[in-house]
Formats: sequence, C-alpha cells, structure tokens
Amino acid sequence: MSSAPNPGIAKYLPVYVVLLAIFFVEVFLSFRNFSTGTLVVILLFLAIGSASLGLMYFMHLAQERRSLFLTLIPVTIFVLLMMNMIWSDSVRLLHMRPFPQ
Amino acid sequence: MAVESGHGPFMEESPYAIPSRKFTMWLFIISDAVTFGACLFAYGYLRVATPNWTRPFESGSVINVILMTVVLITSSLTMLGAVDYSKAGDKAKSMKFLYLTMALGAVFALLHIREWVELIHRGITIGSGLFGQTFFTITGLHLLHVISGVIALQVVGTKYSSGRLTPSHVETTGLYWHFVDLVWMFVVPLVYLTNFAK
Repeated sequence: MSSAPNPGIAKYLPVYVVLLAIFFVEVFLSFRNFSTGTLVVILLFLAIGSASLGLMYFMHLAQERRSLFLTLIPVTIFVLLMMNMIWSDSVRLLHMRPFPQ
Repeated sequence: MAVESGHGPFMEESPYAIPSRKFTMWLFIISDAVTFGACLFAYGYLRVATPNWTRPFESGSVINVILMTVVLITSSLTMLGAVDYSKAGDKAKSMKFLYLTMALGAVFALLHIREWVELIHRGITIGSGLFGQTFFTITGLHLLHVISGVIALQVVGTKYSSGRLTPSHVETTGLYWHFVDLVWMFVVPLVYLTNFAK
C-alpha cells in the first residue's frame, strides 16, 4: 500500500465525468429506434467500457502489478464467455416459442 | 526475500505485491462477478426467448434510475476520497468521505425500495411471472450488496476511527464498494434500458 501524495478526489474527476457521460449516452440510445438485439449489443459494449474504467482507475488495477491483472481478468472473461454459450439456445427457443403467452 | 505489509520477514514475497486481505477481496469480487454474470446471462436468455416481455418502466422510472446511477457513481468517488485521505493519514477527512459514501449508499437503497414498492402496487411481484422473478432476483441481489456495503463501511469506519483498523482495511472495503458500482453499470442497461427497445 502506497501513501497518496496528493489526497483528494480531484484527480478522479475526469474518470467520474466520463462514467456519467457514458451512462447518459446509454440512456439517450435506449430511446432511439434500435431493435432489442442491437440495443443490447450497443449497451453491453458501453457498459464494458465504463466497467473497465472503474476497474482500472477506481479500483486501481492499472496501478497494481501486471501479474494481478493477468491472474484475475482473463479467467473471469473466459468464464463469462463460456456462459455465453446459452445465447444460441435462447435464439433457438425464440423460434420455438417455448413460453406460454 | 522481502518485507511486504501483511508478510513476515522470512516469508516469500507475494507475486502480486499486495496484502493478503486485498487479494482475498479481489478473489471474492471475481467470484461475485461470475455470480452476477450468471444472473444477467439468465436474464438476457429469458428476455430474448420470451415474446411480449413485460415492459413496466415508464418515464418516471427512467428518472429514478438516472438518480440512482448518479448517486452510486458519486458514492464511488467519495469512497476514493476516503481511501486517499486514509492513506495520507488524514483520519478526519477520511471519515467525512466515508460517512458521505454511507449516506449516498443509503439514498440509493431508499430510491431502489421506492421503485420496488411502486412496481408491487402495480401488481408486479416476484411471483407474477418471468419478468418479476428475474427483476427482483437481480436487483434484490444487488440491493443486498449495497446494504451489506453500507454496514461494512460503518463497521470498518468505526474501527478505523478508533485505531483498531488500518487504512489498508478502508482500501479493501473500498474495492468492494466500487465493485457494487460496477455491477450496477451492467444491471441498468440490461434490465432497465432495454425496456425501451422496439
């Protein structure tokens, strides 16, 4: 743990503003005429961007040793991508209309 | 051979150069991220596979969600202040930021509960169908994390101010708080904002 040379929240304000801006872009886009699939892809892309900023600068992962990043992040992404396998099933189920109206 | 915080002089240096409690928090965060990931994937799976998905949110709900998100992101900023000042040894300022973070967390929880009550009055409950089940499960799990975080901040803050805990404990609790914020960044677009898609 290192001591903070210039304590305070001023140095984090740019990241804070960008996070809020990304969120307001998400809100704006959600009212545009996108299909559900397209909107999900766009919003997830933006959410991953804001989460990465939070992870690297709010949680200081960018300042930790690279070994910590390499231990935690690729494994998490791999597990989440493996969960993505169920998406193909959801499309199949959409055409079969499995749930009663 | 190295003398790192959290290690004795004859122990091998940690490959990550962080105290074990911080690494443990990271492992907890990763496992929790996968839990939320599973819930959100399940939500997306049901959302895509179910025609005529319930869309209960109107313009009033969007304003509530905007307020909740701004409050939560701001609480992350104040948490950073608490951690920074604790590392600099300024206990008084650190505590002020900790109390501010707790207050913002409590405001978030109240806004969330208000939204729940509104939905329940409109007949959307955890037993009213797929939307209710997934919505209340995901947001309930997140709300539980927020409430737990406020309690954890209170406990750590009290012990830190009395000298029983160190700035490292504040930093570790801060990691948890930022994680709660990060999860919300995925809950909002997937659960709330896709409500307005064609």
